[in-house]
Amino acid sequence: MSSDSIFAIQTQGLTRSFGAMTALDHLDLSVERGLIFGLLGPNGAGKSTTLKMLTTLLEPTAGTARVAGFDIVRDPARVRSRIGYVPQSLSADGALTGFENLRLSAKLYGLPPAQRGDRIQEALDFMALGDSAGKLVKQYSGGMIRRLELAQAMLHRPSVLFLDEPTIGLDPVARQTVWEKLRELNRDHHTTVLITTHDMVEADHLCHSLALLHRGTVAAIGKPAELKARLGPDADLNDVFTHFAGTDLREGGNYRDTQQSRRAANRHS
Amino acid sequence: MTPSNPAVPPTATVEPTWAPRYAEQVGAIAQAEILKIRRDPVELITRAAQPILWLLVFGQVLGRVKGISTGDESYLAFFAPGVLAQSVLFSAIFYGIAVIWERDLGIIHKLLVSPAPRSTLVLGKAIASGLRGLVQAVIIYAVVLLAGISVSLNPLNVAGVFAAVLLGSAIFSTFSLVVACWVKTREKFMGIGQLLTMPLFFASNAIYPLTLMPGWLQAVARLNPLTYLVDACRSLMLPGLPGSQGLPLDFAVMILVLIAMVAVATKMYPNLIR
Repeated sequence: MSSDSIFAIQTQGLTRSFGAMTALDHLDLSVERGLIFGLLGPNGAGKSTTLKMLTTLLEPTAGTARVAGFDIVRDPARVRSRIGYVPQSLSADGALTGFENLRLSAKLYGLPPAQRGDRIQEALDFMALGDSAGKLVKQYSGGMIRRLELAQAMLHRPSVLFLDEPTIGLDPVARQTVWEKLRELNRDHHTTVLITTHDMVEADHLCHSLALLHRGTVAAIGKPAELKARLGPDADLNDVFTHFAGTDLREGGNYRDTQQSRRAANRHS
Repeated sequence: MTPSNPAVPPTATVEPTWAPRYAEQVGAIAQAEILKIRRDPVELITRAAQPILWLLVFGQVLGRVKGISTGDESYLAFFAPGVLAQSVLFSAIFYGIAVIWERDLGIIHKLLVSPAPRSTLVLGKAIASGLRGLVQAVIIYAVVLLAGISVSLNPLNVAGVFAAVLLGSAIFSTFSLVVACWVKTREKFMGIGQLLTMPLFFASNAIYPLTLMPGWLQAVARLNPLTYLVDACRSLMLPGLPGSQGLPLDFAVMILVLIAMVAVATKMYPNLIR
């Protein structure tokens, strides 16, 4: 166990193929502990595949990665108990109340019964959901659902938190709130946060460091300011994105991906 | 879920031992499912309408056919356990739809990233489905009694029927989960679900005794878990009726099939999101 490693995530030649298509091609990526790290890239660049492998939902075709000190191939159970995950699509159960969703997570993560009540209350307070804990989640707004999902993901104090497009479909105020909560979590609980995003403002404002994936490999990596500086004094992240990935007319993503992200974008009630 | 050893309550510093934690994870999944059923019982109640029709319309007519030998019992009494098993089958077999729905949302992704063993996710759903089956059993008992059909009301026999229904419902819902993991879309699932229910129903002893079937169909029926569920319910509801395969065999087969189904579903569960 290399829990003293300065890296929360370290991939070595991480590769995944689906039939003849290589979604991720020998990815070598290291994310230092304590960062908010953004994964950018056009649809089909390999962001979701990377996230699925790092969260142990998908096995690599070749290569491996260490997440929170453990190998995702050899020790997936240990990795799972040390990470939190908020999928892009709706993952809180609308037919249950906020409290019931949290209780389900607390039990699945094996929190001792004596700790559960306090941890749930703490997470509810942190996400400012205390007053709505008894309401059914289908009556929540999009921003509240996102905060509940964050609360569920932080209950067991994960050392690494993965979020797939955390603010997709949220209004500007709800988006700001999610950013604030992620910053607080990162600062106060020293949680390493890895997000995927298509939102260049989010990448610029929230992330300490970015990697731009293109065709299954890293096309550019660095702090937002460094990436912009490479293209000139007035460049923004959109320019960076276009420079490294935008000349490509081959469009990625399939029907199901599109269906999922449209659904996610429509979810705020 | 109660820990098996209440003398040693888990504390904040001592992590619960493996067995209570496992039971608690299974219980957490089952609890969430039951809360959802309680809040929206419409489906559960409308499902009860179908067996009533089978029993009181189909059964009335088929009871006039003299070729079906049901010993000293009336045909309706013979058919009642068959209808019970059928209603368990028909509702459990579409359980996978709910799982595909949860997968399309993202709930399954989150469950699979939790450290809970995957078998707890499968078993929790199986138990919840079993409890749904019990509600149907209660409704069907009520209909049977109101219709004046004579079945054993010995508490032990009723408890045995409930146990069989719990097992049968868990088997078919887990089977449904396996199909869902395989086809992954609602459209395909509905097609396959429709395709499976009728053969499972007709190639069993639900409507007619096995002895009435041609040899090949008897062989198929003996491979059908529904046959064992019907046989268990029938010999418990009509203790005097000859021709049972015996309760030990019925329960042994159902328990083994359930273990096999849970093992396969546990293995296939992660496929659902690939």
